[in-house]
Amino acid sequence: MAVHTPEELDKEERRYLVIWFWLAVLTLFELGVANLHYAKAGVVAVLVILALTKAAMVALYYMHLVAEKRTLTWIAVTPLVLCVWLLFMLAPDLGSARREWTHKTPTAGAPAHEAHHD
Amino acid sequence: MSQAAVAEHALGIEPAESPLTPESWGKLGMWVFLAADAMSFGGLLAGYGMLRYGDPTWPQPSTILGISLTALMTFLLICSSVSMVEALAAIRRGNQDRLQLFLFLTVAGGLTFLSLQAYEWTNLMVHEGQSISTNNFGATFFILTGFHGCHVFGGVVYLSAVLGRSSRGVAGALAAALTAVLGTLCVVLFTSRTVAAAAHPTLAYALIPILLATVAAAVVYGVARALRAPGREVYDAHNNNEVEIAALYWHFVDLIWILVFTFVYLV
Repeated sequence: MAVHTPEELDKEERRYLVIWFWLAVLTLFELGVANLHYAKAGVVAVLVILALTKAAMVALYYMHLVAEKRTLTWIAVTPLVLCVWLLFMLAPDLGSARREWTHKTPTAGAPAHEAHHD
Repeated sequence: MSQAAVAEHALGIEPAESPLTPESWGKLGMWVFLAADAMSFGGLLAGYGMLRYGDPTWPQPSTILGISLTALMTFLLICSSVSMVEALAAIRRGNQDRLQLFLFLTVAGGLTFLSLQAYEWTNLMVHEGQSISTNNFGATFFILTGFHGCHVFGGVVYLSAVLGRSSRGVAGALAAALTAVLGTLCVVLFTSRTVAAAAHPTLAYALIPILLATVAAAVVYGVARALRAPGREVYDAHNNNEVEIAALYWHFVDLIWILVFTFVYLV
């Protein structure tokens, strides 16, 4: 089991607080970006990048993946790869699903619960 | 098992590292579990994304959901992650008091998160007319946040057990875990009933669940401290693997919420 010297622990604790600060700042930044009225795709892209950055910070520093063996990194990355693959597998159905909805609901702005009562 | 291995096992020392595994088999097991769990969340998030993209009538989440409240919940989980790493750092220094204090703060953070979620859910059901069967939005929202809430509840019980065990082994773990279960049930039920009974719920009502959660966490902490047997500490500066493994679970719960908050509430 890894033995930690007091100096290492001091350094780690300072790093924990720095990461906490940046997680809080990025969360506030996300709230600001979500309220922007620019192109939806751009806002979504920025939000996804910010969320993945925050998730990576938690995994690397709080879950200590940055200091662990490479085996654990592969275990942690595997679900991410599989989920992206799943998204690509589902993508061909998206176009047809959206077309189907458009045909079903001529008034696209109608509330969702009304659209379902068909 | 060789004689050397038997001797190491008797001393609580794990076998030397193999090139393919980390230093602790327990840690490897937790990582494999978290990877499988991440795929469950990944599937749910992918399903949410696909349904949402395929439905042009999908409501804008910010018009239904309380973003300010969930931003507060996000900040709360981030803070509880910090208290968890501080608990681990404390026991690595051999400081029992700080370990228990920071575990208590982490449990309190988890309970407060759960009570705020109960507040949010009740408000959505009673005042916004949303439910799991209303539409695809309601179905995916309640399943995703409910699945995550179950993980937070599991984490609260898990960390309470570690807190109890840090005081007095298995008996302490069981007592604190049972207290955590009962405390969570009381907090969630009381919160739901309070919000449901209120004609015009405001953010002020969120203070009630926070107070209740703090009381429940304090009871868990009190039980753990009352059971404390000095000189019989389970964890110390060299034996804190169980605390580290519990911390991995808690940080994973935080990590998943960071993604859920963005994809479900903000996007």
